[in-house]
Amino acid sequence: MDYFLTEEQRLLQEIAYEIVKERIRPVRAELDEKEEFPWAIMRDLAQSDLFGIWIPKEYGGLGMGILENCLVVEQLARGCIGIATTFAASGLGAYPIVLFGSDELKRKYLPPIARGEKLAAFALTEPGAGSDVSAIRTRAVRVGDEYILNGTKQWITNGGEADIYSVFAITDPSKGPRGASCFVVEKGDPGFFFGKKEKKLGIRTSATRELVFNDCRIPRSRLIGKEGLGFIIAMKTFDKSRPGIGALGVGLAQEALDISVEYARKRIQFGKPIISFQVIQHKIADMAMKIEAARALIYSAARYLDTKADAPDASKIAAMCKVFASDVAVQVALEAVQVLGGYGYMRDYPVEKLLRDSKILQIYEGTNEIQRNIIGQELNKEYGRIKESFIR
Amino acid sequence: MKALIDENLCTGCGTCIDVCPVGAITLSEGKAKVSDECTLCGICVDSCEFGAISLPKVGTGELPRDYETYRGIWVYAEWRHGTIHRVSYELLSKARQLADKKHVPLASVLLGYRLNGLERDLFNYGADIVYVVDHPSLAYFTDEAYGNVLAYLAKEYRPEILLAGATSIGRSFIPRVAALLKTGLTADCTDLDINEEGLLVQTRPAFGGNIMASILCPYGRPQMATVRPRVMEACRLAETRSGVLERVSVPEELFKSRIEVLEETVCEGPSASIVEADVVISGGRGLGRKENFRMLEELARLVNGAVGASRGAVESGFADPSQQVGQTGRTVAPVLYMAVGISGAIQHVVGMQGSRIIVAVNKDPQAPIFNVCHYGVVADLFEFIPEFIKLVKGGC
Amino acid sequence: MHIVVCVKQVPETQNVKIDPTTNTLVRQGVASMMNPFDRFALEAALRIKDMDRDNVNITVITMGPPQAKEVLIDALSRGADDAVLLSDQAFAGADTWATSYTLASAIRKLGSVDLIICGKQAIDGDTAQVGPELATLLDLPYATYVSRIEFLEPRVLKITRQTDEGTAVWKVPLPALLTVLKDVGIPRVRSYRATLRARRYEVPIWGISDLRLSKESVGLKGSFTQVIKVFSPQRAKDRTFIEGSVSEQAARLYELLKKQGVPGL
Repeated sequence: MDYFLTEEQRLLQEIAYEIVKERIRPVRAELDEKEEFPWAIMRDLAQSDLFGIWIPKEYGGLGMGILENCLVVEQLARGCIGIATTFAASGLGAYPIVLFGSDELKRKYLPPIARGEKLAAFALTEPGAGSDVSAIRTRAVRVGDEYILNGTKQWITNGGEADIYSVFAITDPSKGPRGASCFVVEKGDPGFFFGKKEKKLGIRTSATRELVFNDCRIPRSRLIGKEGLGFIIAMKTFDKSRPGIGALGVGLAQEALDISVEYARKRIQFGKPIISFQVIQHKIADMAMKIEAARALIYSAARYLDTKADAPDASKIAAMCKVFASDVAVQVALEAVQVLGGYGYMRDYPVEKLLRDSKILQIYEGTNEIQRNIIGQELNKEYGRIKESFIR
Repeated sequence: MKALIDENLCTGCGTCIDVCPVGAITLSEGKAKVSDECTLCGICVDSCEFGAISLPKVGTGELPRDYETYRGIWVYAEWRHGTIHRVSYELLSKARQLADKKHVPLASVLLGYRLNGLERDLFNYGADIVYVVDHPSLAYFTDEAYGNVLAYLAKEYRPEILLAGATSIGRSFIPRVAALLKTGLTADCTDLDINEEGLLVQTRPAFGGNIMASILCPYGRPQMATVRPRVMEACRLAETRSGVLERVSVPEELFKSRIEVLEETVCEGPSASIVEADVVISGGRGLGRKENFRMLEELARLVNGAVGASRGAVESGFADPSQQVGQTGRTVAPVLYMAVGISGAIQHVVGMQGSRIIVAVNKDPQAPIFNVCHYGVVADLFEFIPEFIKLVKGGC
Repeated sequence: MHIVVCVKQVPETQNVKIDPTTNTLVRQGVASMMNPFDRFALEAALRIKDMDRDNVNITVITMGPPQAKEVLIDALSRGADDAVLLSDQAFAGADTWATSYTLASAIRKLGSVDLIICGKQAIDGDTAQVGPELATLLDLPYATYVSRIEFLEPRVLKITRQTDEGTAVWKVPLPALLTVLKDVGIPRVRSYRATLRARRYEVPIWGISDLRLSKESVGLKGSFTQVIKVFSPQRAKDRTFIEGSVSEQAARLYELLKKQGVPGL
């Protein structure tokens, strides 16, 4: 279907998909098997300029929006969402600086991230603070011209591999959620350590680590925005990034469909290709419908959010993209394994990995349950404002 | 400039349309029509059973002014570590036949430093004359000095034909000689002959060996070709055959090379020079692990051969990139090429199809490698190779 | 520093095949691509540019029909700065001499050039002659089969080249010409910005009048070598499958090879 993309947007898709074909598909099984970080592909992505996607032009980026980011990560996800997540996490890590950073912070950190020379990471989750973000315990105390950080972050994507971290910490415990702030911490800062690399069900090429701050001292200038802005920064960042998680789901599901249809056309059982059986046709029909619906939602939502910077329903729309498309990804990947049957279960074929990988989409960047809460609460608020009655 | 269609002979059968690699031929009003996309590769000419297609002629039809003064055949004598490379003997043997056919003398050119006595075998393999240039600047190969000197000699002595081995040295500096002499050069020939007009017919593979092309150099002198090693038979004519040894001094400025040789290294061991070895044992992804290449190394050592690898094996880290045979690796043409656990992608095949005997060992009888081999062994390589090694050991 | 990279558009080799039943050539599609070895030549140039982005300029040049522009656009999309297409009906049918002669005229027209990089050979012709002939016509020192390029001084290279039996290390002063192997580095992907620029780049097309060449000196008329016949090579028709148990297979093969005088057996 034609989504009336511009020449520039189509070129982004083209370049990202070329990387998938030439660089990612040939190595994805091996990277998954060895749980190896995809440095070579990060270099390719750096050379392609794609790391600059939503970094402003004056800081060396392409100055693009949510839609362009979605288009790129969707294509990358056709190759491997472990790699696409690694890529997207760098953008996520940079976003607090893009949105609220001082010019000094932007000039220092954004150009190398845009060039792909340095990866960034976003550090919010803690052992005791997952869905309940307000429970974070990492403390930042200002002493003179420095902040001293203490605490532990958990399951941080790109942890240990990234050079630049946006870290959320409590500066004023008395203020509850209003007491959180966001800081830039660099790999190599004194008192900043990494825990072990986590063993995961899927996206095993991506690095997920614990970050430990033990009297970690950073200059005062590393504060992003102002003290107390932490939660606003996090929520604004998620509003921009969540459609991207949906796009990862669309890309993954598309790959599952592509493999399923190709396989069904070649696989002969009972003397004919299995695609000639209605049961298979219905399966792939459902897969294709769901994918197209998810894509249509994400593209229009992304366009909307790009056009209307302070959309009141931004969180609801972004959450819808994330939930819907990630659910589609899991359903489609599951069905793809079924279409391929025994082959689908074997590691010789790429669909078992798609199934393992897909599950994370329903969990990270806010579980789908939390997203539904957001949507539900927003609906409640919206309807509270409407005076009209629909029940006669 | 494009292939010419004789409309009187063209039947419009369309055979040529299917063979054109660039899609330059269409049918128009029942006759073949060639578009400007034509690259003059000549594939269509042979495909036409009615003889309706021909290629336009090269050159302006003018013969070189002093064309009559060129006479005799030359073979450049390549050497390594003080011995003549086998390809030079192969070429001398072939050139001897050509010289006899044309009733002209055969000469060989030896460039180097302190290469005393090497000329003797050049006579024994058929040379009537050996020109030697002995100079310290020729101790190491450089394209500039070697090219300058050989071009100078050819200008002085005017051979009609000049041949060299298509080794990495020959393929590197012979084009310089051709450019300095302003004449044509055909690379990598696999056959040479003299036609009824006395011209050198040079036959070489093209399109990755999928087609053969016969080539003439009607208006350039000397007619020059490099010839692949091991395709021609070396034939020693006598134990001691006499000839004229001529030591030539050439102007000093020819030795000047802007390039300085800092270091030359020779690879040792079974991975050494797959290009030079008589026997190449190559392994593919089927070997499964790097350690399993040891089996091939053992076999190669026993027969004094070298170990090659497919691109897949190199990419999997089983073998060194220098061992890769194929389009992006080395082209080899040993007496025996044994492809072990290699499926036989076209990119691999183009790098080894010139081998005299090709043996394929693969457990998959459908593997494309069996389409190009002379002997096919459908077997588990892990059983077959140790068994074969036992026999070779017993035989030695 | 100005680097010129010579590239060629070639048909995809997979598209030229022998039909096993009729033993004739069959073509499958007419896809063309940049000669794979030239992609390494471009990569070698780009790696030099990576070291000093502002002071290295890369021009890619090709000779071919108008659609050969595609390979130039591809090279620009990967980071080359400029491109020139040599295209003229009079250039058709050029052998390596006429090709080198035409390229040499064009490179002279480009003005000061410090380094020319070519692929080791083109996969359609496999001659490996244009690099050395071009260098000779331009009176430049050259090195073939280069696997590694380093700088000793700003205008002196240290190159490692592959020989039939190992490697050689040479000191090469600039200006010079190199023909390179795949060892120089994996060709990079396209860049978004460069591709956008490439799409808007007007590739200059130079013909004989731009190069002030006579019709007689280029293309088929300026060539020396004439193809007189093209034919299918004789294939190994006498393929023998060696049957039996593994030990029988090994014994039979060993005997057959020994009988044929394979050295070392």
